[in-house]
Amino acid sequence: MKGRIFEPFALLRWKGRYLLAGLIFVLTSSFSFALEVPSRPEGRVTDQTRTLSPSEIGALDRKLANFEGETTNQIAVLLIPSLEGDSLEDYSIRLAEKWKIGQRGRNNGAILLIVQNDHKIRIEVGYGLEGALPDALTGTIIRNEIAPRFRAGQFYQGIEAGIDAIMAATKGEYKARPQEKRGSLLASWLPFLILLVFFGFFAVAASQARRRHYHSGGSGGWTSGGGFFGGGFSGGDSGGGFSGGGGSFGGGGASGSW
Amino acid sequence: MSKAAVILIPLVIIGVLIIGGFGIYNGLVSSQEEVKTSWAQVENQYQRRADLIPNLVETVKGYAQQEKSVLEEVTRLRSQWGEARQSGDINKSLQAAQGLENALGRLMIVVERYPELKSNQNFMKLQDQLEGTENRISVERKRFNETVLNYNKKVRTFPGALFAGIFGFERMPLFEAEQDAKKAPKVKF
Repeated sequence: MKGRIFEPFALLRWKGRYLLAGLIFVLTSSFSFALEVPSRPEGRVTDQTRTLSPSEIGALDRKLANFEGETTNQIAVLLIPSLEGDSLEDYSIRLAEKWKIGQRGRNNGAILLIVQNDHKIRIEVGYGLEGALPDALTGTIIRNEIAPRFRAGQFYQGIEAGIDAIMAATKGEYKARPQEKRGSLLASWLPFLILLVFFGFFAVAASQARRRHYHSGGSGGWTSGGGFFGGGFSGGDSGGGFSGGGGSFGGGGASGSW
Repeated sequence: MSKAAVILIPLVIIGVLIIGGFGIYNGLVSSQEEVKTSWAQVENQYQRRADLIPNLVETVKGYAQQEKSVLEEVTRLRSQWGEARQSGDINKSLQAAQGLENALGRLMIVVERYPELKSNQNFMKLQDQLEGTENRISVERKRFNETVLNYNKKVRTFPGALFAGIFGFERMPLFEAEQDAKKAPKVKF
């Protein structure tokens, strides 16, 4: 075995003195001056600015839940008051990495982020939706659908129009998916197996959840009773909460302002 | 009994060391692979940016013919980056990518003088794509640094350090802070 296994990077080694600076940089960038991301969404729509009324949040939430039931694509909305000097893109990718909107493997999530006082908008697109929601399209959605309504003070309408446009674009992507079937027998059986396991898991989870609901006597949460998938993806805890399904993001999407 | 122990105990110790060594070696190799993969992702995004340039240059040319020199520079640096990447010399390819980034920044400042171009739908879309790509680059750089940190930690700390020395695993450099790996080298629009 030769001395250097990873030859190409040896060429960079002379810049070793930057290592410490880089290390400090990376550490500080992730720990100190970065604005903290909410640890988990309050629902599909999280409003920390009190811009939207509870009924408006409910309406958007239902729309997104139905959409997820139909297509399995997850969309989350977050309104925050300010970035406190942090960069929009940086905050947004950290949010995406934390919330993991979209399903694992499909990475079919998108996040609409609105920074109220900074007048900034970003649509962060998961890997799996980059085809249906290319940067140029998300930029157009922000410019043509969201920003003009925000400028007129119509925040609910702007968010709704934005979501509608995102949903319309992603539906195309979802329909196209089943056609790209190819490969081995195992590959064609795999989804079925996963579904079987999933169903088993869900059946157990559901029976437990039902028991819990009987005790508490109420429902109300969007996870209760409703869509088969909606319940499954809400995560393992007692229901009522919404969480991402494990989707990954790579910085796709677009930013804008109003 | 005691004779057997004298033979057996060192054998067991050696066995444990070898088996443990395998695990540590494999751990080093796999995190090295992660670094390679994350580097490839950075390069993919550089490629994506390079692919956008011809279209961008064409569009800008239509509105701002006077800016020939900047446009030519961008085109030249793009092909320079392509050649550097082909050569497989990572340092050269990085330098070329950096040069291209600077030239693109200059181009985007120049563009400010052409309101007609700036309000062109096609140009706006290109701008979205370029911004998106710059953002992807910064995301992949950050992830690259994370994989390198993880790898370096294994190389530098016990027990990995023991085996890293034997098998020749060396520390790898991070993306430098001066390249501003955190913030996308944002082209100002």
